[in-house]
Amino acid sequence: MMKILRPMVVFTGILMVWQLVVWLFDIAPFILPGPISVITVAIERADTLVGHAGVTLSEILLGLLFGTILGVGSALIMAYFRQARSWLLPVLVVSQAAPVFALAPVLVLWFGYGIAPKVGMATLIIYFPVTAAFYDGLRRTEAGWVDLARTMGASKATILRQIRLPAALPAFASGVRVAAAVAPIGAVVGEWVGSSAGLGYYMLLMNGRVQTAAMFAALFVLAIMSVCIYFLIDAALRRLIAWQPEADPASFN
Amino acid sequence: MKVPNSESGFAPTSVGLRVRDMRLGWDSKILVEGLSFDAAPNSWTCLLGESGVGKSTLLRTFAGLVHPISGSVFEGTDSETVIGRVAYMAQQDLLLPWLTATENVALGARLRRETPDLAKVTDLLHRTGISDRADARPGELSGGERQRVALARTLMEERPIVLMDEPFSALDAITRTQLQDLAYELLQDRTVVMVTHDPFEALRLGAAIYVIQTGNNVHLVPLIPPGTPLRDPTDPALRSIYHAIIAALSHRESASALRARTS
Repeated sequence: MMKILRPMVVFTGILMVWQLVVWLFDIAPFILPGPISVITVAIERADTLVGHAGVTLSEILLGLLFGTILGVGSALIMAYFRQARSWLLPVLVVSQAAPVFALAPVLVLWFGYGIAPKVGMATLIIYFPVTAAFYDGLRRTEAGWVDLARTMGASKATILRQIRLPAALPAFASGVRVAAAVAPIGAVVGEWVGSSAGLGYYMLLMNGRVQTAAMFAALFVLAIMSVCIYFLIDAALRRLIAWQPEADPASFN
Repeated sequence: MKVPNSESGFAPTSVGLRVRDMRLGWDSKILVEGLSFDAAPNSWTCLLGESGVGKSTLLRTFAGLVHPISGSVFEGTDSETVIGRVAYMAQQDLLLPWLTATENVALGARLRRETPDLAKVTDLLHRTGISDRADARPGELSGGERQRVALARTLMEERPIVLMDEPFSALDAITRTQLQDLAYELLQDRTVVMVTHDPFEALRLGAAIYVIQTGNNVHLVPLIPPGTPLRDPTDPALRSIYHAIIAALSHRESASALRARTS
């Protein structure tokens, strides 16, 4: 209970300070609207916001899906084929060295104003953390487990399926958690560059019309959505690796 | 599909482990040259050495996990290699944390895509004294319980040769003694080769002891303590051999002097 209560208290406190600042310094509503007017606008335009949120949500989820599939595939290929590793690893590093955001206009140019370039952006952003984490997990299998399996007469394929893969799941989970946190960035950047729907698009539109409260409302919806995605994915991953003993970093002291 | 040594096909054998002219090392460094050694069948042979003399590497070579540059490891008098005839037990219990105790004991069958003999698993969990923890995952077990599961897993394999790499060294003194007794009792019909750094453990369990001495190259100094295991290492009759072992381990005596003194 306290776990939920504490962040709620902090959050409410921030909203109150914000409203207070707006009142005390008499800030113009088109610069910084108070939380009360943001919430009012959010309720008034709930239908519009939900519509745009749906577009952004599907971009994020599809990006997560494709990015994870590609990442898992690349990690497996790199872990199992020495040849592929020397080809793929530099590509992977370069793909991250080049700022992915800079690719957004190109993706829009190629794939148009629809959902595709945003999914592409999210996929690109997610691909690296998933690949890197899962590849690392596959490489760091406890050597003793592999020894044991070999004395038991296990084939290489069985060792992969029964030992290396499950052993790499905690690392994979870390990668997907990072991916879940950055996926909304990809989708929104894609929408900013060129789109006709989505929360990022709506924010820019409201910004242009100096309807700052509506812009903030869209921002709030995006934030709440991102947090929900993160916690749902985190819960699912915990279930997947329930066997892993929880280590509380604080307990190391 | 059944492995040749499994279940009813297994009977106490009269073959031990033979190592002949083994040369072991890497590109730049030769670790072992011309090593020959016999482990008597159906008894415990301890290889005793300090940390860092390559005990684990020797054992992993016997297990067929490391290939020697030349030389061979045979089982007993037939000149067949040991592949598929050894069970391996390490210092870490090597339990898979995502499997229950039962599933860990049946790991061999799972890895060979066979149907595990669950009745036997249950029996072994009972004999190793952990039947009440059959459904627990390794994370919920104590160090001693985990090593009991590892012992049950080793027994489940029904291999004539059991290679042990300091399997009890991570345990506290009381648990260690309990597990030594249990392992000795349950592995009496196997050829056991155990490496250890603990002279007490070697005296307690080893029908024969080989002290690993390093120098230009690793060689083994054989010692046969009086009596049969399980010995009591505090027995005054064993005092002189205990000192001989300590001396051999700390290089205060040459190998030949040691042999003269203990024979």
